Amino acid sequence: MSSVIDSVMTVFTTTEPLFLWLSGAALGLLVVATLIGAVLAYRVKTPAGRDTVRNLNARIRSWWVMVALFAAAMLLGSGVTLVLFALLSYLALREFITLTPTRRGDHAGLFLSFFVVVPLQYWLVGIGWYGLFSIFIPVYVFMALPSLSVLGADTTDFLTRTAKAQWGLMLAVYCTSHAPALLWLDIPGYSLPPALLLLYLMTVAQLSDVFQYVFGKLWGKTRLSPGISPSKTVEGLVGGGLTAVAIGTGLHVITPFSPLQAAGMSLIIVIAGFFGGFVLSAMKRDLGVKDWGTMIEGHGGVLDRLDSVVFSAPLFFHLTRYWFT
Amino acid sequence: MIPLFQPALRHGLLGLTRLLVGARASWEGSAPADTPRIYFANHTSHLDTLAVMAALPAKLRARTHPVAALDYWGGSALRRAVAVGCLNALLVDRTGKATAEVMGAMAAVLESGQSLILFPEGTRGDGTVAPFKSGLYHLSQRVPSAELVPVFIENLHRVMPKGMPLLVPLICTMRFGAPLEAVEGEDKAAFLGRARDALVSLSRPASQPNSQPAPQPSDRRTSR
Repeated sequence: MSSVIDSVMTVFTTTEPLFLWLSGAALGLLVVATLIGAVLAYRVKTPAGRDTVRNLNARIRSWWVMVALFAAAMLLGSGVTLVLFALLSYLALREFITLTPTRRGDHAGLFLSFFVVVPLQYWLVGIGWYGLFSIFIPVYVFMALPSLSVLGADTTDFLTRTAKAQWGLMLAVYCTSHAPALLWLDIPGYSLPPALLLLYLMTVAQLSDVFQYVFGKLWGKTRLSPGISPSKTVEGLVGGGLTAVAIGTGLHVITPFSPLQAAGMSLIIVIAGFFGGFVLSAMKRDLGVKDWGTMIEGHGGVLDRLDSVVFSAPLFFHLTRYWFT
Repeated sequence: MIPLFQPALRHGLLGLTRLLVGARASWEGSAPADTPRIYFANHTSHLDTLAVMAALPAKLRARTHPVAALDYWGGSALRRAVAVGCLNALLVDRTGKATAEVMGAMAAVLESGQSLILFPEGTRGDGTVAPFKSGLYHLSQRVPSAELVPVFIENLHRVMPKGMPLLVPLICTMRFGAPLEAVEGEDKAAFLGRARDALVSLSRPASQPNSQPAPQPSDRRTSR
């Protein structure tokens, strides 16, 4: 226990005062949100309003837990952060496969997906073997899983089953693993801990979601696509997206980017985040569910919270790697 | 097995169960309550008992006893420690030689104000619910004050299909239904059919589509 405290103290004292500023900002944001939630709960009287506020407060409560978990993992080092993301991938894959019809013939392949592919992908990230972690699932697992399934000699929905399992792995494991992979980027002239790049990605992507929700609730009128995601509005998307880009630009101090580059990067994160969420919403409609799961109170499942990260993580990773390393 | 380790082992087992299958409780028609109850569930895999126990609130879990087979769970000191020490199991002889004693032991638990978990199909199914064995009827006759609460275990047969040694983690929900109402003068067959129907009716949630294989003929027969 004392060694953990020591390492945490070391992080506090050796990293820039920047870290304290960032933690302070996150804490401030959570406190303000909690206070607003409490005031709203006191003032709102209509039944529909109460439901919205109850959900809002559940979301804020969950944010406290998520921010605390993420901050603890980052403080404890890249290994712990990697394990946290591996666990998130496992939980997200579990949500995806739960909603996908499976048959006996898929059993061995699915077992390997959870207990071999997930750890192996994150191990490859952890040893920094870029050449293999970037093709392991799209190439080798892509061939191995249907090869295993075909041994079950069951052709019912074979293409559908194979494709869905592969999509689950791509979204929940492959794409998601690019977020912690940022910790292993070696950027010349960038003296800050690389964990700040991961923090940058998560902050811009998640704040974009939060502000799209806030702008949508306050000023949303024009539904973007009622058939796919009834809560998404044009006003929310534009207002929330621009706010997130502004914050992302301001946060250029924790990145190797210039302010203009940071604006471009955060715009890409916001757009990819939007499409990630949108595509996953379409899948939920197709599967006939509202949320991927129930694990995070107020939000739904792990995949509901990660949906804005799945597309933006690989994009952000590759753009940073290509231009800055 | 030192008794000191049993709480740790219990937490470990329940935690592992949640990590693998979620074991979420969905109370649909009944609420958690500390009254003598017979929770009767469909038998889908070896994980059923752990999953139902993990889904119960901790306070009720401590006063709920899954009924388990003596021939297997009493077979070694370790198994007995896991079943009895960690999961409060009531071990019963299922050979049929000691029916009166088994019934007496189960009734004693209910009469002391505690609850039981039963799997009245007697055998593991493939996602469909088999006809019930008669023990549930006799027990309800003997302790009419105990509430009969159906618990539909969703998805667990996909986690560990019969004959498959490997396990695929999927989110499993325990759907706790409304207690069975008492019907005056009902015979054994009618009671068991009604109890089974109550369990099967929980298998189709209102908001979510059926993520399981197409309903089997036996399902259709009872859902009239």
